[in-house]
Amino acid sequence: MTDTLLSVQTLSKSYGALKVTQDVSLDVHEGQLHAIIGPNGAGKTTLISQLSGQLRPDSGRVVYAGQDITRLDMAGRVRLGLARSFQLTTLLPSFTVLENVALAVQAREGSSFRFFRPAAAERALNDQAMACLADVSLADRARRLAGSLSHGEKRQLELAVALATRPRLMLLDEPLAGTGHEEAAHLVEMFGRLKNRVTMVLIEHDMDAVFALADRVSVLVYGRIVASGLPSDVRADAKVREAYLGEEAA
Amino acid sequence: MTDVTRTLAPSRPRLAGRLKLALCIFAFMAVVPPVAHALGEPFLIVVATRMMIFAIAALSLDLILGYGAMVSFGHAAYLGFGAYAVAILSRAGVNDLFLQLLAGIAASAVFATVTGAISLRTRGVYFIMITLAFGQMAFFFFVSFSALGGDDGVALTARSTILGMPWLQGAEGMFHTTLALLVLAFAGLYRLTLSRFGRVLTGTRESALRMQAIGFRPFPYQLTAYVIAGCLCSVAGVLLANQAIYVSPAYMSWHRSGEMIVMLVLGGVGSLTGAMGGALLTIALEEGLARFSEHWRLGFGLILVAVALFSPGGLAGLLRRLNLTRDPK
Amino acid sequence: MFNLFLLQLLNGAQFGILLFLVAAGLTLVFGIMDFINLAHGVLYMVGGYVMAMMMGATGNFWLSLAMVLPLTLAVGLVLELLVFRRLYDRSHLDQVLATFGLVLVLSELVRILWGSAPLSVAMPEMLSGSVPLAGPMRYPIYRLAVIGLGLAVALGLWFVIARTRVGMLLRAGAANRSMVSALGTDINRLFMLVFAVGAMLAGFAGAIVSPILSVDPGMGDSILILTFVVIVIGGVGSVKGAFCAALLVGIVDTLGRMFGPIILKSMMDPAAAAQAGRTIAPMLVYILMAAVLFWRPAGLFGRTVAR
Ligand SMILES: Nc1ncnc2c1ncn2[C@@H]1O[C@H](COP(=O)(O)OP(=O)(O)OP(=O)(O)O)[C@@H](O)[C@H]1O
Ligand SMILES: [Mg+2]
Repeated sequence: MTDTLLSVQTLSKSYGALKVTQDVSLDVHEGQLHAIIGPNGAGKTTLISQLSGQLRPDSGRVVYAGQDITRLDMAGRVRLGLARSFQLTTLLPSFTVLENVALAVQAREGSSFRFFRPAAAERALNDQAMACLADVSLADRARRLAGSLSHGEKRQLELAVALATRPRLMLLDEPLAGTGHEEAAHLVEMFGRLKNRVTMVLIEHDMDAVFALADRVSVLVYGRIVASGLPSDVRADAKVREAYLGEEAA
Repeated sequence: MTDVTRTLAPSRPRLAGRLKLALCIFAFMAVVPPVAHALGEPFLIVVATRMMIFAIAALSLDLILGYGAMVSFGHAAYLGFGAYAVAILSRAGVNDLFLQLLAGIAASAVFATVTGAISLRTRGVYFIMITLAFGQMAFFFFVSFSALGGDDGVALTARSTILGMPWLQGAEGMFHTTLALLVLAFAGLYRLTLSRFGRVLTGTRESALRMQAIGFRPFPYQLTAYVIAGCLCSVAGVLLANQAIYVSPAYMSWHRSGEMIVMLVLGGVGSLTGAMGGALLTIALEEGLARFSEHWRLGFGLILVAVALFSPGGLAGLLRRLNLTRDPK
Repeated sequence: MFNLFLLQLLNGAQFGILLFLVAAGLTLVFGIMDFINLAHGVLYMVGGYVMAMMMGATGNFWLSLAMVLPLTLAVGLVLELLVFRRLYDRSHLDQVLATFGLVLVLSELVRILWGSAPLSVAMPEMLSGSVPLAGPMRYPIYRLAVIGLGLAVALGLWFVIARTRVGMLLRAGAANRSMVSALGTDINRLFMLVFAVGAMLAGFAGAIVSPILSVDPGMGDSILILTFVVIVIGGVGSVKGAFCAALLVGIVDTLGRMFGPIILKSMMDPAAAAQAGRTIAPMLVYILMAAVLFWRPAGLFGRTVAR
């Protein structure tokens, strides 16, 4: 068994009376791809937001690489190597594709309190950004404005930006949603390649993709983990079939 | 250059267009003195100087409002700090422009750091309101400061000197100094907005969440921009005091802050040239309308309402719709 | 000393009540429509001028006051129809531009119609005396009446907001704007109502204050900024917050001007204290606001912004 990179311990969060996250505990091992599945509104995005530091949990702990990061903000977590892609895209629309990625490179390389030299002329930034774009096959769109990309391309760019932060752990919130068939297949193939380099937590509705990629699967229903284990075990679990997979089929 | 830098090509025409427009503005201003003399209307030089002073102020506001999406409604306070730096120092016998600039900038930096740090805890309407409140605080401070004339303000004995020389005494000296500072301010901000810092600032405008998701905490960048903008605006204040040879709290009233926002919105935010154009246009409208009637505010107000209703994006928006400028947005 | 304190406390409450009348409509406009309206103070001024005009024409205080209400309501309606309605879905900047323009237009119109000199309005006979207040001190009846009227309006507003369907919509809207837009067609009428009633309340405040202060073209400006302070301290969109904050601001401002110098005198020499007091007193409410926002960035009763 490999080392635990991310350990979630009895995490809970409520919006008023609605318990969105209930007593969630979860271990993500280094080098693995851990999928989280669950019906719409199960609280998957909310869980990811707590892991990434965007939301504060009401109780529980998040431990990353042996360090308690429960109270660390999002930017701080990113610097520790914990990157996130958003379900609803949050790219900078008036920046070019390349600039979106270059900014993420800039965040980890050198000070950004530089006021005079044009950032666009910094080769180091641009070259690294181009490499990330090439990783997601978006290099030919580098000069376009991010706001003008197609939905699928925006998803790819989200990933390129996340990669540019040099993550050790990536939290991916439905990266395949809204992509075309070909793009999806391409992204799945890319995740397969990335698995060797980066640990991933993947939220996805596309079951084929999940069972093709995941080393472990957790099922979240009404804010609770109802099953967790190897993909084959989870697939066979009666509770899961009833609560989730059955619903998918219907 | 490399392939990679050439990929940034599409924003180049936009930037080049901006630079050209700025050069046009500077060239236009530069010919004002000879033309004014030829027409026998030397007061035009005074008007043009005033335009450029407010162009500097509008540029400074554009940095935070246009690039940082921080709608400050108390920016006129910094005009006041610059102006009162002149008044206080000249009363103490210090007439050197650079020392006065330094004092105005230092005072602004302190005020902007403290009030900015508090204001930036809030968002949206709250930010607008709290900056307004801080502006009023500064305003009332000088209103009740009777040693400096209080509400009535205070007349200066003479304009500042530059390295001991009375270069600012004449209208033309004043004009050229202002033009030089305007060009400097534009060039500095132009570089700044393209720099690493400028990129981060612009990024926070578009999405603070995204910036955090790639590892930036917006606050220090926003605060730095807020302080830079305040300092630059105080330069305009120093010039304003010198031009009028008079300083009063009216420089920092909320009407002034509103007027600066009006300049920006009229010219178009977030392009620097729009700020300059808006300032020129606003002062021109005010001065022009004031020649027709003492009730010029009525016409000016109507124009503002009409622009807001029928031409979103101000002058820049209008030009864009008339397809006179190319903008990839 | 205690009597003086009581007197100033009442003055502060009276000022606070006025602020509340102006702020009540504006806080809803901010909260529900996310609309920056700089022209709200002008409506207060319009109320004052309409009052002065009506008094000139009829000489009857109560009749004039009764005329102010429909007239300022109408002004609010017209402005909403002609200008505000087109700006709801625009940026704050466009809203600032338009309403700043309106401030210029309306103030200048008032100057053209009535001149720049302050006008005064006579107090009604039956309210012009004063009543004894602890010891030899007396308090003007009219100011008490202002407090009473204001409280009555506040009570009425509370009833509307807490007990009626419109009130329910308003509460829902202030708490969650997208909820109101989900309510469909009602929304345009709701916005219009809020604007018009807000204008009427501001006009009413301008009218009832006219016998105490003079009516002049600058009166809208000074109250507008304090109204913003009230709204922000109370929490944007909260009428209850506006009420509490208005009283707080009114009292702090009034007491600060009176007692600031006195308190300072006990700490430093009199001349310096007088100067410092005069300097600090008008800044006090702004310091209060900064302090409140420092601890609670969304005001006392505002919903906290999700981060
Ligand atoms: N800010 C909020 N306030 C109140 N309720 C919220 C908030 N955010 C989310 N919720 C609710 O919490 C529940 C979980 O939402 P979440 O977005 O985490 O679900 P999800 O599993 O990501 O769903 P999907 O598959 O549709 O993306 C939903 O019922 C949602 O309505
Ligand atoms: Mg989700």
